[in-house]
Amino acid sequence: MEESMELKQLYREIVNEHNLHPSHKKEIAEPTMVLNGVNPSCGDDITLELVIKGDVIEDAAFVGSGCAISQASADMMCDLIIGQSKEKALELADSFMGMIKGTADREQIEELDESAALADISHMPARVKCAVLGWRTMSEMVQEINKDGTVREHNESRCGACSSNGAAVCKPACKGSECCNK
Amino acid sequence: MNSYRKDFPIFEGNNVCYFDNAATSQRPKEVFEAMEKFNNECNANPLRGLYDWSVRATEAYENARHTVATFIGAKRDCEIVFTRNTTESLNLVAYSYGLSKIHEGDEIVISIMEHHSNQLPWRMVAEKTGAKIVWLECTKEGKITEEEYKSKITDRTKIVAITQVSNVLGITNPVRAIADYAHSKGAVVVVDGAQSTPHMPVNVQDMGADFFAFSGHKLMAPMGIGALYGRIELLDEMPPFLTGGEMIESVSRDSVTYAPVPEKFEAGTVNAMGAVGLEAAIKYIQSIGFDEITETEKRLTERLISKLHELPEVTIYGPTDPDDHCGIVAFNIDGCHPHDVASVLDSEHICIRAGHHCAQPLLQYLGVSSTARASLYFYNTEEEVDRFAEAVSHVRGWMGY
Repeated sequence: MEESMELKQLYREIVNEHNLHPSHKKEIAEPTMVLNGVNPSCGDDITLELVIKGDVIEDAAFVGSGCAISQASADMMCDLIIGQSKEKALELADSFMGMIKGTADREQIEELDESAALADISHMPARVKCAVLGWRTMSEMVQEINKDGTVREHNESRCGACSSNGAAVCKPACKGSECCNK
Repeated sequence: MNSYRKDFPIFEGNNVCYFDNAATSQRPKEVFEAMEKFNNECNANPLRGLYDWSVRATEAYENARHTVATFIGAKRDCEIVFTRNTTESLNLVAYSYGLSKIHEGDEIVISIMEHHSNQLPWRMVAEKTGAKIVWLECTKEGKITEEEYKSKITDRTKIVAITQVSNVLGITNPVRAIADYAHSKGAVVVVDGAQSTPHMPVNVQDMGADFFAFSGHKLMAPMGIGALYGRIELLDEMPPFLTGGEMIESVSRDSVTYAPVPEKFEAGTVNAMGAVGLEAAIKYIQSIGFDEITETEKRLTERLISKLHELPEVTIYGPTDPDDHCGIVAFNIDGCHPHDVASVLDSEHICIRAGHHCAQPLLQYLGVSSTARASLYFYNTEEEVDRFAEAVSHVRGWMGY
């Protein structure tokens, strides 16, 4: 495990690049699924769009605004999950949450690639919600997709980004034409 | 240099710049010495008991009540109810006065700059009674005009909830003028004094407050003690808030009679040690004097705001005159989320707050989801202000711009 990164170093080396020059901050033409995740207590807001064909996440992108850590983390997450199977994406989400909680093992952390640079967020309780927002939103979305690619009926369920006190609430907003199983 | 800093053990041996005084203040050793004295010499339940320690504990508690009453200009000691904090004080009025006096069709006027603690209790009352909430608007600087309050306060208004000083904009509201008008319409005025009481002399009679709430921990007393002032005519008629021990006269199987004010509103064992700490904090303030406190704060705030004005990337919210900020400066830096600002300043050992400051309706009106906020107290220094401004000038660089 690398040593504790000083906060400014974290921003300088990882966060700023993804926050100011994100690769995946855009709208997708025909997403399979769209979900909005917010941290109402601080105003972090992302709308995540996924293209899922069969078992694979073919594309992932987000729009939104919020603190640099939330936006950077979402961008790095998209990097990581594009091309992965749904199952793998959920595994990576587990690994990320584990890393933030300090329970992930070396293997899990290595799989996270660049996202592993956010490991030190585990020492910054005030920023945990920011870092996990994208991952929680993605988890919720992927779990909502049925095995046959249709989407389970949406309800106002919590996306899980809320830690102990339900501070983050997600509003499902599915836009894809083939998906909604109403 | 600031000679008061030596009274605050927390400032020793570090270079932390504490600019979050609107959230809570630091506490001088005098406050703990007083509490320790209580604990070591006469700690007992103030029960008007029959033994020496209890008698002295009662005296200490009631002396503290008297000190608070004089401090805020109440006519009588019994018009001071000790509570846990401002929030509890305001809830007391809402549950006790609000729920018994407000009916369907009545109106409650709340300013949009209120802290959630002087908003939500009234919204609870409105929901339960069928009363209507009417919002008192302000300008972007926080000014509530005469035209505005005269148009919103009507014959149907029963309660006006107003903060004396805004915890975001720093502006002081024209409480007396609003109170006079509210009274002419038959309404009572509930004043949130959390941000004003630490920084300026307050007089509840002069301001025309029917109820006034403040917290000890914002004026150097420990957390867990606050006070509610209420005019005796109102408190006498109000039903109890919390029921239980200490607030009764007699209890039988069939009936209960309640103690007179203020005991009626102090159920259970009181925070006597906290009250003693609050008294010590008030005495500490009085030993310095508000003249010096406000003069120091004005000097520091003027310096801070003028330095921030040199940075084009900084937006400051609230009045244009630094003297109208009460040491509270909410701001944003272009392209930088307040949470990031607070985090990078924390890496420089500078403490500021970031978020919605429990005033979401106000921030929605200002068109921002969150701001950073620096808030000063008389024990801050010019060096700290300079250091803060210097750090702020580097934030965009640290964020990769």
